[in-house]
Amino acid sequence: MKNPFRADMEKSSSERITSALFVVIVSLFFLLPIAWLFLAPFDGQPTYRLKLSDPSFNNFREMSQNPYAYRSLLNSAIFSAGTGLVIILIGAPAAYVLSRVKFKGRDVFLYFLLLFSSVVSGSAAMVPLFLLALRFNILDTYHGVIFILAGGLLPAAIFILKDFTDSLPRSYEESAKIFGASSYRILKDIVAPVIRPGLAVIFVWAFVQSWGNFLIPFIIIRDINKQPAAVMMYSFYTEAGDAVIRTVAAFGFLYTIPVLLMYFYVNRKYGFRFYGGIKG
Amino acid sequence: MVTEIKAGSRTDKSGNSVLRGGAASFFLSPATIIIIIFLVIPAFWTIYLGITNYRLTGFSAVDPEIIGLENFKRALSDPAFFNSLKVTFIFTIGSAILGQAVLGFFLAWILFGLSKRIRSTVEIIVIAAWMVPSSVVSFLWIAFLNGDVGTLNAILGSQTRWLIEYPLESIIVFNIWRGTAFSMLLFAAAVASIPKSHLEVARVAGASRGQQLRTIVLPAIRPYILTDILLITLWTFNDFGPYLITSGGPGQETELLAIFVYNNALRFLDFGYASSIAAIMLLINLILSLIVITTGRKRSK
Repeated sequence: MKNPFRADMEKSSSERITSALFVVIVSLFFLLPIAWLFLAPFDGQPTYRLKLSDPSFNNFREMSQNPYAYRSLLNSAIFSAGTGLVIILIGAPAAYVLSRVKFKGRDVFLYFLLLFSSVVSGSAAMVPLFLLALRFNILDTYHGVIFILAGGLLPAAIFILKDFTDSLPRSYEESAKIFGASSYRILKDIVAPVIRPGLAVIFVWAFVQSWGNFLIPFIIIRDINKQPAAVMMYSFYTEAGDAVIRTVAAFGFLYTIPVLLMYFYVNRKYGFRFYGGIKG
Repeated sequence: MVTEIKAGSRTDKSGNSVLRGGAASFFLSPATIIIIIFLVIPAFWTIYLGITNYRLTGFSAVDPEIIGLENFKRALSDPAFFNSLKVTFIFTIGSAILGQAVLGFFLAWILFGLSKRIRSTVEIIVIAAWMVPSSVVSFLWIAFLNGDVGTLNAILGSQTRWLIEYPLESIIVFNIWRGTAFSMLLFAAAVASIPKSHLEVARVAGASRGQQLRTIVLPAIRPYILTDILLITLWTFNDFGPYLITSGGPGQETELLAIFVYNNALRFLDFGYASSIAAIMLLINLILSLIVITTGRKRSK
């Protein structure tokens, strides 16, 4: 006779072992390819091999010799901060109106916003985006890339900010209005402070999305002095041979760190996770 | 898309809004203009270009002509297009549906049963693969799959040139690695939303984890499964990322539709033909998006 409790325990311990095995294997699968990024930059003789021999900072020294390396990180910062600002300045007022004002056709507006934002991807619209940039003379400009990136990110930003505003009580605004405060004062002194955490999250989200975006600057920017780190990294490993592996390692590390820091900062402070957005 | 705004009017139920009609349209118009220029116009322009013979060089550069469905007829007899369609199809099914959705679900479900410390550690590792910029992860995978000293070959004790011998399989596994975080997070939220008492009852009744999964968890999260699969299918279908690893090669073995459009447009400067392919992509995106939005609405009712 088998004790039913005993059987249950055996089953659960074998399940536990399966779970543990699964977690270990999957963790290794996700960890191993990325491990190179944290070892090779500090390796005295980096190759494709995963190792850390003769640790030093020589790779960073060698990378600094390349005149375009720091320049491209600065360009990425300009593109990303610019896109973040445009998203906030243009997206926040729109989200506020969509949350608070029930105008005729609002639902239709939201429906088409959702539809176009999911249908039009950067890769399906790359030809007209290139031609738009050509016609408006914004090829090879910072604002060209910033506006195209902002156009792609705006709908998602508006939806997230609208949800955020929906969750805030209207009562403050309404009582301020009853007491005769002007619209400008209400927006500045009551709405702006409560909406600020939402804006911070959206800014970081837009910054991270633009920081990693490859396709848009790849087709819009030809001038190497204006190229962002995303494209520079690609040039480093495609246009030269194994010789620049030191630069690739050090540069890849410096280019990645800000994204990870921003993510963990926002996640810790607001418990926010980065959902969706345009990819590639 | 231009919408009339009547904020302070009688149709306004709240009646108490801070903004009057003029201010409301002033707030809404910059976003509307940007979205029209960079999202709506490109969509229709793609379709228009798709029926022209526009090239950036030669006669038709000056004077593009409308050639009707010629580009689409050409696509139907172009083996390179069918190859690209097939590659995209296998890539999307393999990496998004069979890969990211399945792995993401099992990760979420198994981590749900483990301690918070283990769960957040594994989540951070999976999310890191998702956060690192695409040109960096692409190089990481070129190194990982390197034929001589790459980490994968070091583990297997082999000298396989993965990106040459198994290019499509390689970018499928790469994309599973790259994108599973989204499905994992979505399913983690879905599993956490199941009332604890339901799982408790099942466990007391002696159901194993597998039985709980089949009888309680899967039915409860079915709508999330659909949303997840549709969204990642949409993104993967449009993905340009593998270009950074294989450039579409060797030959055209990894030439996804996004890469096919890029090559025809910006390398061969045949904008008309590239746009007709992009228009087909837009059509498929439209169908997928309509399903996402419609099912999403039904659920929220």
